[in-house]
Amino acid sequence: MIQGVQLDLISEERLARLTSMEKIRLILDEVMAGNIVVLEKGLTPEESSRLIEMTMMEISPDGFAGIEMETYPARAQGGGLLARLFGGGRESPSRLTVIGPANQLKMLRKERDLISAWVSSR
Amino acid sequence: MDILTKARKRLSRFLRVFFKKKRSRIGIYGPPNAGKTTLANRIVRDWTGDALGPVSEIPHETRRARRREGVTISNGNGDSIVIDIVDTPGVTTKIDYHEFTEYGIEKEEAVKRAREATEGVAEAMHWLREDIDGVIYMLDATLDPFQQVNIMMVGIIESRDLPVIIVANKIDLPDASPGRIKSAFPQHPVIPISGLEGTNVDDLYEKMIEFFG
Repeated sequence: MIQGVQLDLISEERLARLTSMEKIRLILDEVMAGNIVVLEKGLTPEESSRLIEMTMMEISPDGFAGIEMETYPARAQGGGLLARLFGGGRESPSRLTVIGPANQLKMLRKERDLISAWVSSR
Repeated sequence: MDILTKARKRLSRFLRVFFKKKRSRIGIYGPPNAGKTTLANRIVRDWTGDALGPVSEIPHETRRARRREGVTISNGNGDSIVIDIVDTPGVTTKIDYHEFTEYGIEKEEAVKRAREATEGVAEAMHWLREDIDGVIYMLDATLDPFQQVNIMMVGIIESRDLPVIIVANKIDLPDASPGRIKSAFPQHPVIPISGLEGTNVDDLYEKMIEFFG
């Protein structure tokens, strides 16, 4: 039988239809099943915070060991004082994000504009 | 100190007195083994003569947030701040008990430590959402600052509009490169220190008074 890893690329449109908790549950369910998830648009800081918390709750000895997650650093923010005052300049634009099981997805190299990763089957 | 900074500090003091603001809770955050507890101990020892928690080369030695209330930090110009220091467990997205067995810890104890570490990370995230007024973000200056957990955590801190000082720790080691950290996070002040040897911690105290006061 051919060994492989399932890769799910989830579009920005599909993500936009999900609530924060639905997104986090979708990611964790996929990753706990051994799949790699690629999000066209990444999570908000609040969602990232919740994802870390929920990941911790799912970790078990000799079972799920957590997630590996990679995205590019946020772009430099513009907008000036008015944008900051009215909130327009604060929210970092979330970018393409890859998430997988910690014991299958390894980052090889990461720079501001390049992510190189290694995926192994279970 | 420039005029704007002085004006901001005066306004901040006025607002604090006017609204009877409680003293600030400053969380020390960062990935495991960045030197958070070493710095927390140094701050508490320098200003109260006490210590906060044990340190170890084994990751996740701190598995519960520890708080020391009412630490007064001052400088030679008569400026001072009173803060609560919160030493938090190292934040990560993965914990495997084998990390502990590699240090010679028995499996049963390693599994227990791993479970406590997962609870500790969740607790640290909860503190950040609910109970922290400012952050010292600790990084090991010998490691790559572009690790995902750092990018995520700085993003989370920024989204909450919390003042943050980034500390490039372990500059006593030959591979340390605080410049790499400055280039990774140019939007925030970066203070290079050795928490272990105490190098440059006075610069950090000065920045804390200016930033968190």
